[in-house]
Amino acid sequence: MTFELPSIPGTTPFDGNQAKKGYALNKMCFSFNDEANRQAFVADEEGYMKQYGLNEQQAAAIRARNVLQLIAAGGNAYYLAKFAGIFKLDMQDIGAQQTGMSKDAFKAKLVAANNQPGLQ
Amino acid sequence: MAKLIGGLGTSHIPAIGGAIHRGDQQTPYWKPFFDAFPPIHAWLGEKKPDVIVIFYNDHGLNFFLDKMPTFAVGAATQYVNSDEGWGIPSLEPLRGEVDLSWHIINTLIDKEFDVVTCQDMLVDHACSLPLKLFYPEGNYPVTVVPVCINTVQFPLPKASRCYALGKAVGQAIQSWGSDKKVAVLASGGLSHQLDGERAGFINKQFDLQFLQSLETNPEWATQFSVHELVEKTGTQGVELLMWLAMRGALTAAGSGVKKVSSNYHIPISNTATAVLALETNN
Repeated sequence: MTFELPSIPGTTPFDGNQAKKGYALNKMCFSFNDEANRQAFVADEEGYMKQYGLNEQQAAAIRARNVLQLIAAGGNAYYLAKFAGIFKLDMQDIGAQQTGMSKDAFKAKLVAANNQPGLQ
Repeated sequence: MAKLIGGLGTSHIPAIGGAIHRGDQQTPYWKPFFDAFPPIHAWLGEKKPDVIVIFYNDHGLNFFLDKMPTFAVGAATQYVNSDEGWGIPSLEPLRGEVDLSWHIINTLIDKEFDVVTCQDMLVDHACSLPLKLFYPEGNYPVTVVPVCINTVQFPLPKASRCYALGKAVGQAIQSWGSDKKVAVLASGGLSHQLDGERAGFINKQFDLQFLQSLETNPEWATQFSVHELVEKTGTQGVELLMWLAMRGALTAAGSGVKKVSSNYHIPISNTATAVLALETNN
Protein backbone atom coordinates (compact mmCIF):
# COMPACT_ATOMS: atom_id res chain seq x y z
CA MET A 1 0.00 0.00 0.00
CA THR A 2 1.34 3.42 -0.90
CA PHE A 3 0.48 6.72 0.69
CA GLU A 4 1.90 8.76 -2.19
CA LEU A 5 -0.78 10.99 -3.72
CA PRO A 6 -0.93 12.95 -6.96
CA SER A 7 0.28 16.52 -6.53
CA ILE A 8 -2.13 19.45 -6.41
CA PRO A 9 -0.66 22.48 -8.21
CA GLY A 10 0.49 25.28 -5.90
CA THR A 11 -0.26 23.16 -2.84
CA THR A 12 1.99 21.43 -0.31
CA PRO A 13 -0.02 19.27 2.09
CA PHE A 14 1.71 19.33 5.47
CA ASP A 15 2.41 15.60 5.73
CA GLY A 16 4.93 13.55 7.65
CA ASN A 17 7.78 14.52 5.33
CA GLN A 18 7.07 18.21 5.77
CA ALA A 19 6.53 17.81 9.51
CA LYS A 20 9.89 16.05 9.89
CA LYS A 21 11.72 18.60 7.76
CA GLY A 22 10.14 21.64 9.41
CA TYR A 23 10.09 20.64 13.06
CA ALA A 24 12.65 23.21 14.33
CA LEU A 25 11.17 26.02 12.23
CA ASN A 26 7.62 25.27 13.35
CA LYS A 27 8.70 24.93 16.96
CA MET A 28 10.22 28.40 16.83
CA CYS A 29 7.05 29.82 15.24
CA PHE A 30 4.89 28.07 17.85
CA SER A 31 6.88 29.93 20.52
CA PHE A 32 5.60 33.21 19.04
CA ASN A 33 2.29 32.64 20.80
CA ASP A 34 4.03 34.42 23.70
CA GLU A 35 4.71 38.15 23.49
CA ALA A 36 7.99 37.78 25.40
CA ASN A 37 9.24 35.35 22.76
CA ARG A 38 8.19 37.63 19.92
CA GLN A 39 10.18 40.42 21.55
CA ALA A 40 13.18 38.15 22.08
CA PHE A 41 13.13 37.22 18.39
CA VAL A 42 12.93 40.87 17.30
CA ALA A 43 15.78 41.78 19.65
CA ASP A 44 18.12 39.07 18.32
CA GLU A 45 16.84 37.15 15.30
CA GLU A 46 20.02 35.17 14.67
CA GLY A 47 20.42 34.17 18.30
CA TYR A 48 16.78 33.17 18.53
CA MET A 49 16.98 31.01 15.40
CA LYS A 50 20.14 29.37 16.73
CA GLN A 51 18.41 28.59 20.00
CA TYR A 52 15.77 26.61 18.06
CA GLY A 53 18.32 24.93 15.81
CA LEU A 54 17.04 26.14 12.44
CA ASN A 55 19.01 24.84 9.46
CA GLU A 56 20.45 27.23 6.88
CA GLN A 57 17.53 26.86 4.45
CA GLN A 58 15.08 27.73 7.23
CA ALA A 59 17.17 30.63 8.54
CA ALA A 60 17.52 32.08 5.03
CA ALA A 61 13.77 31.86 4.48
CA ILE A 62 13.15 33.62 7.81
CA ARG A 63 15.62 36.37 6.93
CA ALA A 64 13.95 36.80 3.53
CA ARG A 65 10.41 36.84 5.12
CA ASN A 66 9.50 34.64 2.15
CA VAL A 67 6.48 32.43 2.71
CA LEU A 68 7.01 30.06 -0.23
CA GLN A 69 10.60 29.50 0.90
CA LEU A 70 9.38 28.91 4.45
CA ILE A 71 6.91 26.28 3.18
CA ALA A 72 9.68 24.66 1.11
CA ALA A 73 11.74 24.52 4.32
CA GLY A 74 8.96 22.59 6.09
CA GLY A 75 6.93 25.45 7.54
CA ASN A 76 3.27 24.89 8.37
CA ALA A 77 0.77 27.62 7.50
CA TYR A 78 -0.69 27.85 11.00
CA TYR A 79 2.66 28.28 12.76
CA LEU A 80 4.05 30.53 10.01
CA ALA A 81 1.07 32.85 10.55
CA LYS A 82 2.45 33.61 14.02
CA PHE A 83 5.77 34.62 12.45
CA ALA A 84 3.95 36.84 9.94
CA GLY A 85 2.02 38.40 12.83
CA ILE A 86 5.24 39.86 14.24
CA PHE A 87 5.39 42.07 11.13
CA LYS A 88 1.64 42.83 11.24
CA LEU A 89 1.14 41.10 7.89
CA ASP A 90 -2.43 40.00 7.19
CA MET A 91 -3.58 37.09 5.05
CA GLN A 92 -3.91 39.29 1.96
CA ASP A 93 -0.29 40.41 2.32
CA ILE A 94 0.72 36.76 2.57
CA GLY A 95 -1.52 35.71 -0.32
CA ALA A 96 -0.18 38.50 -2.51
CA GLN A 97 3.41 37.56 -1.75
CA GLN A 98 2.87 33.89 -2.57
CA THR A 99 0.97 34.52 -5.81
CA GLY A 100 3.24 37.32 -7.02
CA MET A 101 0.35 39.77 -7.17
CA SER A 102 -0.11 43.20 -5.66
CA LYS A 103 -2.26 43.19 -2.52
CA ASP A 104 -5.04 45.03 -4.36
CA ALA A 105 -4.94 42.53 -7.22
CA PHE A 106 -5.08 39.62 -4.76
CA LYS A 107 -8.08 41.16 -2.97
CA ALA A 108 -9.79 41.72 -6.32
CA LYS A 109 -9.21 38.06 -7.18
CA LEU A 110 -10.97 37.04 -3.95
CA VAL A 111 -13.96 39.25 -4.70
CA ALA A 112 -14.05 37.91 -8.27
CA ALA A 113 -14.69 34.42 -6.88
CA ASN A 114 -18.29 35.63 -6.56
CA ASN A 115 -18.50 35.38 -10.34
CA GLN A 116 -17.95 31.64 -10.28
CA PRO A 117 -21.08 29.71 -11.29
CA GLY A 118 -23.39 28.67 -8.44
CA LEU A 119 -25.40 25.49 -8.22
CA GLN A 120 -26.16 24.00 -11.63
CA MET B 1 -32.30 12.15 28.86
CA ALA B 2 -30.74 15.23 27.31
CA LYS B 3 -32.26 16.61 24.15
CA LEU B 4 -30.26 17.41 20.99
CA ILE B 5 -32.08 20.45 19.63
CA GLY B 6 -30.03 21.37 16.57
CA GLY B 7 -26.77 22.33 14.97
CA LEU B 8 -24.93 25.53 14.19
CA GLY B 9 -22.12 26.27 11.78
CA THR B 10 -19.93 29.29 11.16
CA SER B 11 -16.63 30.27 9.64
CA HIS B 12 -14.06 31.38 12.21
CA ILE B 13 -11.64 33.68 10.36
CA PRO B 14 -9.38 35.45 12.90
CA ALA B 15 -10.07 38.81 11.23
CA ILE B 16 -13.66 38.51 12.55
CA GLY B 17 -12.19 39.04 16.01
CA GLY B 18 -10.67 42.33 14.89
CA ALA B 19 -13.95 43.42 13.30
CA ILE B 20 -15.87 42.70 16.52
CA HIS B 21 -13.25 44.54 18.56
CA ARG B 22 -13.50 47.63 16.32
CA GLY B 23 -17.31 47.47 16.05
CA ASP B 24 -17.17 47.09 12.25
CA GLN B 25 -20.19 44.77 11.98
CA GLN B 26 -22.28 47.18 9.90
CA THR B 27 -19.55 48.46 7.59
CA PRO B 28 -19.96 47.48 3.90
CA TYR B 29 -17.20 44.86 4.02
CA TRP B 30 -18.52 43.05 7.12
CA LYS B 31 -22.27 43.54 6.96
CA PRO B 32 -22.99 40.65 4.52
CA PHE B 33 -21.34 38.28 7.01
CA PHE B 34 -22.68 39.65 10.29
CA ASP B 35 -26.22 39.98 8.92
CA ALA B 36 -26.36 36.18 8.90
CA PHE B 37 -26.63 36.10 12.68
CA PRO B 38 -29.76 37.93 13.91
CA PRO B 39 -32.19 35.17 12.74
CA ILE B 40 -30.03 32.63 14.56
CA HIS B 41 -29.85 34.82 17.68
CA ALA B 42 -33.66 34.82 17.67
CA TRP B 43 -33.77 31.03 17.31
CA LEU B 44 -31.25 30.55 20.13
CA GLY B 45 -33.24 32.97 22.29
CA GLU B 46 -36.33 30.84 21.74
CA LYS B 47 -34.74 27.38 22.07
CA LYS B 48 -32.28 28.28 24.83
CA PRO B 49 -29.73 25.46 24.62
CA ASP B 50 -27.87 24.85 27.89
CA VAL B 51 -24.79 23.19 26.39
CA ILE B 52 -22.95 23.41 23.06
CA VAL B 53 -20.62 20.69 21.79
CA ILE B 54 -18.11 22.42 19.49
CA PHE B 55 -16.33 20.60 16.67
CA TYR B 56 -13.28 22.73 15.85
CA ASN B 57 -9.67 22.58 14.74
CA ASP B 58 -6.81 24.02 16.78
CA HIS B 59 -4.44 26.28 14.82
CA GLY B 60 -1.32 25.90 16.90
CA LEU B 61 -2.37 27.32 20.25
CA ASN B 62 -3.01 24.25 22.42
CA PHE B 63 -1.41 21.53 20.31
CA PHE B 64 2.04 21.50 18.74
CA LEU B 65 3.59 18.88 16.46
CA ASP B 66 5.26 17.19 19.45
CA LYS B 67 1.88 15.61 20.32
CA MET B 68 -0.83 15.94 17.69
CA PRO B 69 -4.07 14.11 18.42
CA THR B 70 -6.42 13.21 15.56
CA PHE B 71 -9.46 13.57 17.84
CA ALA B 72 -9.30 15.24 21.27
CA VAL B 73 -12.15 15.88 23.71
CA GLY B 74 -12.01 18.59 26.35
CA ALA B 75 -12.95 17.61 29.91
CA ALA B 76 -12.16 20.86 31.72
CA THR B 77 -14.28 23.10 33.93
CA GLN B 78 -13.05 26.14 31.99
CA TYR B 79 -11.43 26.78 28.59
CA VAL B 80 -9.27 29.87 28.31
CA ASN B 81 -8.61 31.73 25.07
CA SER B 82 -5.08 33.11 24.82
CA ASP B 83 -2.63 35.14 22.75
CA GLU B 84 -2.30 33.44 19.38
CA GLY B 85 0.56 35.57 18.14
CA TRP B 86 -1.08 37.91 15.70
CA GLY B 87 -2.78 40.41 17.87
CA ILE B 88 -6.47 39.51 17.92
CA PRO B 89 -7.88 40.36 21.34
CA SER B 90 -8.48 37.34 23.59
CA LEU B 91 -12.13 36.64 24.37
CA GLU B 92 -13.77 35.54 27.58
CA PRO B 93 -13.23 31.96 28.85
CA LEU B 94 -15.82 29.28 28.13
CA ARG B 95 -17.38 27.26 30.95
CA GLY B 96 -17.03 23.48 30.57
CA GLU B 97 -19.77 20.84 30.95
CA VAL B 98 -17.54 18.23 32.53
CA ASP B 99 -20.22 15.59 33.13
CA LEU B 100 -21.15 15.55 29.43
CA SER B 101 -17.46 15.58 28.46
CA TRP B 102 -16.90 12.30 30.27
CA HIS B 103 -20.12 10.81 28.98
CA ILE B 104 -18.99 11.64 25.42
CA ILE B 105 -15.51 10.24 26.11
CA ASN B 106 -16.94 7.01 27.55
CA THR B 107 -19.34 6.65 24.62
CA LEU B 108 -16.68 7.36 22.00
CA ILE B 109 -14.20 4.86 23.40
CA ASP B 110 -17.01 2.29 23.64
CA LYS B 111 -17.70 2.91 19.95
CA GLU B 112 -13.99 2.49 19.15
CA PHE B 113 -13.04 6.14 18.71
CA ASP B 114 -9.93 6.14 20.88
CA VAL B 115 -9.79 9.84 21.65
CA VAL B 116 -7.29 11.93 23.57
CA THR B 117 -8.77 13.54 26.69
CA CYS B 118 -7.81 17.02 27.91
CA GLN B 119 -8.52 18.29 31.42
CA ASP B 120 -6.55 21.43 30.72
CA MET B 121 -6.64 23.02 27.28
CA LEU B 122 -6.42 26.43 25.73
CA VAL B 123 -8.96 27.13 23.01
CA ASP B 124 -8.17 29.35 20.04
CA HIS B 125 -10.28 31.60 17.80
CA ALA B 126 -12.00 28.52 16.37
CA CYS B 127 -13.79 28.08 19.71
CA SER B 128 -13.91 31.62 21.02
CA LEU B 129 -15.21 33.41 17.89
CA PRO B 130 -18.27 31.20 17.21
CA LEU B 131 -19.46 31.70 20.81
CA LYS B 132 -19.03 35.46 20.47
CA LEU B 133 -20.83 35.44 17.10
CA PHE B 134 -23.80 33.43 18.34
CA TYR B 135 -23.90 35.20 21.73
CA PRO B 136 -22.60 38.73 21.01
CA GLU B 137 -23.71 40.04 24.42
CA GLY B 138 -21.08 37.84 26.07
CA ASN B 139 -21.44 36.31 29.52
CA TYR B 140 -22.39 33.16 27.66
CA PRO B 141 -25.56 31.38 28.82
CA VAL B 142 -24.15 28.01 27.72
CA THR B 143 -21.50 25.58 28.84
CA VAL B 144 -19.38 23.78 26.25
CA VAL B 145 -17.59 20.56 25.32
CA PRO B 146 -14.85 21.19 22.73
CA VAL B 147 -14.06 18.34 20.34
CA CYS B 148 -10.89 19.03 18.38
CA ILE B 149 -10.28 17.43 14.97
CA ASN B 150 -6.76 17.61 13.52
CA THR B 151 -6.44 19.63 10.33
CA VAL B 152 -2.85 20.74 10.96
CA GLN B 153 -0.81 17.68 10.07
CA PHE B 154 -1.69 15.09 7.44
CA PRO B 155 -2.93 12.41 7.45
CA LEU B 156 -6.22 13.96 8.57
CA PRO B 157 -9.13 11.74 9.57
CA LYS B 158 -11.35 10.76 6.65
CA ALA B 159 -14.58 12.61 5.95
CA SER B 160 -16.55 9.41 6.54
CA ARG B 161 -14.79 8.94 9.88
CA CYS B 162 -15.57 12.50 11.00
CA TYR B 163 -19.21 11.98 10.08
CA ALA B 164 -19.23 8.74 12.09
CA LEU B 165 -17.54 10.51 15.02
CA GLY B 166 -20.29 13.09 14.93
CA LYS B 167 -22.94 10.38 14.96
CA ALA B 168 -21.33 8.80 18.01
CA VAL B 169 -21.24 12.18 19.75
CA GLY B 170 -24.93 12.62 18.90
CA GLN B 171 -25.70 9.24 20.43
CA ALA B 172 -23.74 10.23 23.53
CA ILE B 173 -25.69 13.48 23.88
CA GLN B 174 -29.01 11.67 23.60
CA SER B 175 -28.06 9.06 26.18
CA TRP B 176 -26.73 11.62 28.68
CA GLY B 177 -28.70 11.39 31.91
CA SER B 178 -29.61 15.06 32.14
CA ASP B 179 -32.63 17.20 31.35
CA LYS B 180 -30.47 19.77 29.57
CA LYS B 181 -30.87 20.94 25.98
CA VAL B 182 -27.79 20.50 23.82
CA ALA B 183 -26.76 21.94 20.45
CA VAL B 184 -23.77 20.96 18.31
CA LEU B 185 -21.61 23.50 16.51
CA ALA B 186 -19.24 23.30 13.53
CA SER B 187 -16.47 25.87 13.36
CA GLY B 188 -14.52 26.49 10.14
CA GLY B 189 -14.57 26.60 6.36
CA LEU B 190 -15.80 26.79 3.78
CA SER B 191 -13.42 26.74 0.79
CA HIS B 192 -10.14 28.59 1.30
CA GLN B 193 -6.41 28.15 0.97
CA LEU B 194 -3.87 30.30 2.81
CA ASP B 195 -0.61 28.69 1.73
CA GLY B 196 1.22 28.14 -1.54
CA GLU B 197 0.94 29.54 -5.04
CA ARG B 198 -2.73 28.49 -5.00
CA ALA B 199 -3.46 30.87 -2.07
CA GLY B 200 -6.83 32.55 -2.52
CA PHE B 201 -8.45 29.45 -4.00
CA ILE B 202 -12.25 29.42 -3.56
CA ASN B 203 -14.78 26.93 -4.99
CA LYS B 204 -18.26 28.42 -4.84
CA GLN B 205 -20.07 25.60 -6.61
CA PHE B 206 -18.68 22.93 -4.33
CA ASP B 207 -19.45 25.01 -1.22
CA LEU B 208 -23.06 25.58 -2.25
CA GLN B 209 -23.55 21.92 -3.05
CA PHE B 210 -22.02 21.00 0.31
CA LEU B 211 -24.31 23.39 2.19
CA GLN B 212 -27.33 21.99 0.38
CA SER B 213 -26.23 18.42 1.12
CA LEU B 214 -26.23 19.15 4.85
CA GLU B 215 -29.99 19.57 4.73
CA THR B 216 -31.09 16.49 2.85
CA ASN B 217 -28.14 14.33 1.82
CA PRO B 218 -25.61 14.67 4.64
CA GLU B 219 -23.36 11.80 3.57
CA TRP B 220 -22.69 13.39 0.16
CA ALA B 221 -19.25 14.77 1.06
CA THR B 222 -18.13 11.51 2.69
CA GLN B 223 -17.58 10.10 -0.81
CA PHE B 224 -14.43 12.24 -1.11
CA SER B 225 -10.97 11.42 0.22
CA VAL B 226 -9.20 14.12 2.23
CA HIS B 227 -6.86 14.58 -0.74
CA GLU B 228 -9.85 15.20 -3.01
CA LEU B 229 -11.31 17.61 -0.48
CA VAL B 230 -8.04 19.59 -0.41
CA GLU B 231 -8.13 19.72 -4.19
CA LYS B 232 -11.78 20.84 -4.27
CA THR B 233 -11.86 23.16 -1.25
CA GLY B 234 -8.26 24.22 -0.48
CA THR B 235 -5.81 23.26 2.25
CA GLN B 236 -7.96 25.00 4.88
CA GLY B 237 -11.26 24.22 3.18
CA VAL B 238 -10.88 20.78 4.73
CA GLU B 239 -12.31 22.39 7.85
CA LEU B 240 -15.61 21.21 6.37
CA LEU B 241 -14.79 18.04 8.33
CA MET B 242 -16.16 19.94 11.36
CA TRP B 243 -19.45 20.50 9.54
CA LEU B 244 -19.68 16.81 8.69
CA ALA B 245 -19.16 15.88 12.33
CA MET B 246 -21.81 18.39 13.43
CA ARG B 247 -24.26 17.03 10.87
CA GLY B 248 -23.44 13.45 11.87
CA ALA B 249 -24.56 14.27 15.40
CA LEU B 250 -27.90 15.55 14.08
CA THR B 251 -28.33 12.37 12.04
CA ALA B 252 -28.12 10.44 15.30
CA ALA B 253 -31.14 12.43 16.51
CA GLY B 254 -33.19 10.89 13.68
CA SER B 255 -36.08 12.20 11.55
CA GLY B 256 -34.08 14.72 9.56
CA VAL B 257 -33.51 18.41 10.08
CA LYS B 258 -35.11 21.65 9.05
CA LYS B 259 -33.13 24.73 8.14
CA VAL B 260 -33.53 27.71 10.43
CA SER B 261 -31.22 30.03 8.50
CA SER B 262 -28.19 29.94 6.23
CA ASN B 263 -25.79 32.38 4.65
CA TYR B 264 -22.93 32.12 2.16
CA HIS B 265 -20.64 35.06 1.44
CA ILE B 266 -17.39 35.56 -0.52
CA PRO B 267 -14.97 36.80 0.72
CA ILE B 268 -14.07 37.54 4.30
CA SER B 269 -10.28 37.72 4.37
CA ASN B 270 -9.26 34.84 2.03
CA THR B 271 -12.29 32.71 2.79
CA ALA B 272 -15.69 31.77 1.42
CA THR B 273 -17.81 32.02 4.56
CA ALA B 274 -20.90 30.11 5.62
CA VAL B 275 -23.26 30.43 8.57
CA LEU B 276 -25.96 27.86 9.25
CA ALA B 277 -28.51 26.77 11.82
CA LEU B 278 -30.39 23.46 11.56
CA GLU B 279 -33.12 22.27 13.90
CA THR B 280 -33.80 18.63 14.68
CA ASN B 281 -37.31 17.29 14.17
CA ASN B 282 -37.37 15.32 17.40
